[in-house]
Amino acid sequence: MTTIEKQLLQAPRNHRYVLTVVAIVVILLAWSVTEFSLKLDSNGMKIASNIIGGLLNPDLDFLFNLSDKGVLYLLWETFAIALLGTIVGAILAVPLAFLAASNIVPKPISWLIRLLLIFIRTVPALVYGLMFIRVTGPGPFAGVLTIGITSIGMLAKLYVDAIEELDVKVLESMTSIGCTTFEKIRYGIIPQLASIFLSVMIYRFDMNMREAAILGLVGAGGIGAPLIFAMQGYKWEQVGSILIGLVILILLIEFISNKLRSKLVNG
Amino acid sequence: MYDKIFPPKKIELSNGRVVLEKRSRTPLILLIVMIAVYYSAQVTGFSFEVLFKRISEFFIIIKEMLKPNWGYIDGIWPELMSTLKMSLFGSVAGALIALPAALLASANIIKNRVIVAVCKTVLSLLRTMPTLVTALIATYVFDLPATAGTVAIFLFTISYVGKLMYEAIENVDMGAFEAMESIGMTRIEAFRYAIIPQILPGYLSTSLFCFEGNVRYAAILGYVGAGGIGKLINETIGWRDYSSLGMIVLMLVITVYTIETISEHFRKKLI
Repeated sequence: MTTIEKQLLQAPRNHRYVLTVVAIVVILLAWSVTEFSLKLDSNGMKIASNIIGGLLNPDLDFLFNLSDKGVLYLLWETFAIALLGTIVGAILAVPLAFLAASNIVPKPISWLIRLLLIFIRTVPALVYGLMFIRVTGPGPFAGVLTIGITSIGMLAKLYVDAIEELDVKVLESMTSIGCTTFEKIRYGIIPQLASIFLSVMIYRFDMNMREAAILGLVGAGGIGAPLIFAMQGYKWEQVGSILIGLVILILLIEFISNKLRSKLVNG
Repeated sequence: MYDKIFPPKKIELSNGRVVLEKRSRTPLILLIVMIAVYYSAQVTGFSFEVLFKRISEFFIIIKEMLKPNWGYIDGIWPELMSTLKMSLFGSVAGALIALPAALLASANIIKNRVIVAVCKTVLSLLRTMPTLVTALIATYVFDLPATAGTVAIFLFTISYVGKLMYEAIENVDMGAFEAMESIGMTRIEAFRYAIIPQILPGYLSTSLFCFEGNVRYAAILGYVGAGGIGKLINETIGWRDYSSLGMIVLMLVITVYTIETISEHFRKKLI
């Protein structure tokens, strides 16, 4: 027996563990398949072909229309909702993140704030959207507030990770050479956190574009409302032009955001 | 360009050498962001006045939600289960299809540039489509609402897992693959024994993470008629029955938290 074979035989065996997990997954799958059937709607095929036709022949007039009914304006509105919402969320998340960081506040407080963040994160964006419509009335303003509050959860969670990894040695050496608290924050803490916070914000902005695009479905502004109206009215050419505009904008923002973030991280 | 308008600051060191310090670009970036924020506020009609005057409404709703309607559990249970079924089946099926899709989109395995480019484009197009929109289209095509939701989750999972996997495959150590090819294995055999062991933990962990996210997405799909708990959310808000809404949210938080904890346990084990 060669050494390689010996080594192979010595490797830990966890067949039983793997088999148990696989069996549980298979049972769950079998349970989940009960809800599924590939039965098409009576005229499902016709609608599917209409959708593809609409995507291939978009309503070009609607797509390049510069007035406030055209796709371009709606995309700009969606972009504005996402941008403003991200900024609102990013500002609100900073104090929460400091309160949830276990190296800054006592354990019970940080634990409570974390629980609150989990709650904020789990409530679906549409629910916030419907709630804020009661506050501001339908329109893009409700969308901004919704995006703001849904961003808090993820932003604060990632901020907390950055805060907990703060290098305290820098602060100690600053204290030893006699810096004031303000100087310590300005030259010791902000430089460590700023690039991570910014990169997280840009990432979240990228995600918020998609969120903002669907919020219109509940009437919170942006491109979602015209999309759902066009679908309900079976105007597939308009659906096509909206989707094409949306996909191009999202891809463009994703590209720019990736470039910016890699620049921020690599200096 | 920027350095020409604002010339770098000259600092003379004590030994007579001159060092150039580039001017900070922060003011320019801040200015651009401020302008963008100003116009965004105009477009969206952002106003602090409305916000401060009416925000109490929001807390009234929250207060109602904090008194959950416990009797509503019986109504929520079947929809919650259907949400879980949709996300589980959609995620597993999507993750299975994502692997071959990712393989076809990796430039280091497939030498045909056209196939790689087509697969990458399809994956990124699928990823940009918001799940809710896919679900909405699917409700027109499929008969059962739950099927429409499953299809939407399935497509999203393919695109998400597919993208992360082709990035992983493109970054693996190709030495083992080349060695196996050189001793006479076919490309498929070499892929099975050289690449799969390297990417498997990442694949399983990504799929689990995607499943976690999908449970959240599945919760809202019902809003557009694609089955699951979203239908109830839509109804209770329509009737302004906020205590029932609070119950739904509570159940959802518990479910999502449980699934996250389980999945985090397995993901930590994998890596």
